[in-house]
Amino acid sequence: MTELLRIEGLTIVPAAMPERMLVKDVSLTLQPGRTTCVVGESGSGKSLTALAVMQLLSKQLKQISGRVLFQGQDLTTLNHEQMRDIRGKRIGMIFQEPMTSLNPVLTVGYQIGESLTVHLGLKGKALKARVASLLEQVGIPATRADSYPDELSGGQRQRVMIAMSIACEPAMLIADEPTTALDVTVQAQILKLLDELKTRMNMGMLFITHDFGVVADIADDVVVMFRGEIVESGPVAQVLNQPQHPYTKALLACVPDADGKKALQPIDYAWIDGDGVPA
Amino acid sequence: MSDVILSARHLFKTYTQRSGRLGLGSTKIHALDDVSVDLKTGSTLAVVGESGSGKSTLARCLLQLQPLDQGEVLFQGVDLAKLTAAELRQQRRDMQMVFQDPFASLNPRMRIGEIVAEGLLIHGLGNADEREHKVIKMLKRVGLTEADMKKYPHQFSGGQRQRIGIARALVLEPKLVVCDEPVSALDVSIQAQILLLLKELQQEMNLSYLFISHDLRVVRHIADEVAVMHRGKLIEHDTVEALYAAPKQEYTKNLLNAIPGRKGLSVQTA
Repeated sequence: MTELLRIEGLTIVPAAMPERMLVKDVSLTLQPGRTTCVVGESGSGKSLTALAVMQLLSKQLKQISGRVLFQGQDLTTLNHEQMRDIRGKRIGMIFQEPMTSLNPVLTVGYQIGESLTVHLGLKGKALKARVASLLEQVGIPATRADSYPDELSGGQRQRVMIAMSIACEPAMLIADEPTTALDVTVQAQILKLLDELKTRMNMGMLFITHDFGVVADIADDVVVMFRGEIVESGPVAQVLNQPQHPYTKALLACVPDADGKKALQPIDYAWIDGDGVPA
Repeated sequence: MSDVILSARHLFKTYTQRSGRLGLGSTKIHALDDVSVDLKTGSTLAVVGESGSGKSTLARCLLQLQPLDQGEVLFQGVDLAKLTAAELRQQRRDMQMVFQDPFASLNPRMRIGEIVAEGLLIHGLGNADEREHKVIKMLKRVGLTEADMKKYPHQFSGGQRQRIGIARALVLEPKLVVCDEPVSALDVSIQAQILLLLKELQQEMNLSYLFISHDLRVVRHIADEVAVMHRGKLIEHDTVEALYAAPKQEYTKNLLNAIPGRKGLSVQTA
């Protein structure tokens, strides 16, 4: 069994409004050493899908059906204790806002070391050495371990987040819009770093983004979500070059290209609002 | 030079920032460091740069929303810094702004009709009937309806709010519109709609746009000329075709190479 992650028939609703499906019958798979991009606009359910994998949905939301198989184990059947053992250790996470995801009153070295102590029981010199090596892996001088988050730039903070997320060498990394808040040159560096780490550590990466440019750069496989449903999925070249679903085609047509060769074509939502998702 | 609507000459602006542990030290930040730039009438000049490059400071200083340390801004040949407050207000009618955050830039307690009409009221243009007529016409032009006048901002989506922001700016029939990252907060499908709307309105109303953006893909589609800012300096200024085809500065090359999906997506022709 080579599959790292298999989501089957995932459906999420608001607890107070169970008829309104926010994520509807979503299924996808992820292999080790590969990147699956989940792409969609706001409200498409891409972040909820990621949160459901981690079992981090808020109490107002309810997963009413579906399984999340991680290395063959259904995460939806685990209790809090068991889940805590997986999060950060076997599944790493990175979020969009490197400014708010770090604790401002703790040094970055301490924050990177925390999960190593909790999950692997590392202490003292061994811990310090491991933190230093992680910082260097993400391209930050090891002396920066004593810095506080506000002394680092946005790109460096996101590198710290990445160091934290890979500290325990997880089998899978979930990255939710990790470069959206960053400048374009910094974004390019972070994408390159993630791609290198993925290959070196043979991690599977579930990468959430709204940006088709980022998809083209980092994805092996793509899942396109629209209003809670997967409308199209496949290898990146196929989805980007020969999109099958009208929504994927329409969405790709509104992405401005850097060469200015194609005319922008906004989505005509009339057909969507009329009959829901066309077949 | 009648074909230049806005001309900035040797602009300087310095901020003092607290630095070091506990913010006891202070550092001077050169947000604008000898910036000179011309905007041609009826065209779009995009100012691009990364965060902290000074592009938003430039926009604010051009509109006299922030005082300059040094330098002059000529709008239709008039030096804005030399005007009295009342004269400046007169000129402001012709210089409008569209903001980035469609959620923060509309007063949540005002109805859309009031928001769009406010500029007309302040400038004392027309009587109540004429104002209402203008507001309705403008709302319809940006894709909203007469009924929307009675609604409050929270009843609209991000893209609709940006349309309201555009209507508010354009109802005064300005000559210059400064757009500060007007589509950065929007989904890509909405972004395309707003960009096309801005382009159409430019043609119809002969508007000149100063378009502040960090997104080089968007800029490629909207701009006639591009000015690249880096650490407060304007390092390169050219037509959009020339700059994208043959950037002269190393920094510009790096920026262009960092555009995500440049190779992968350009194959795609929808």
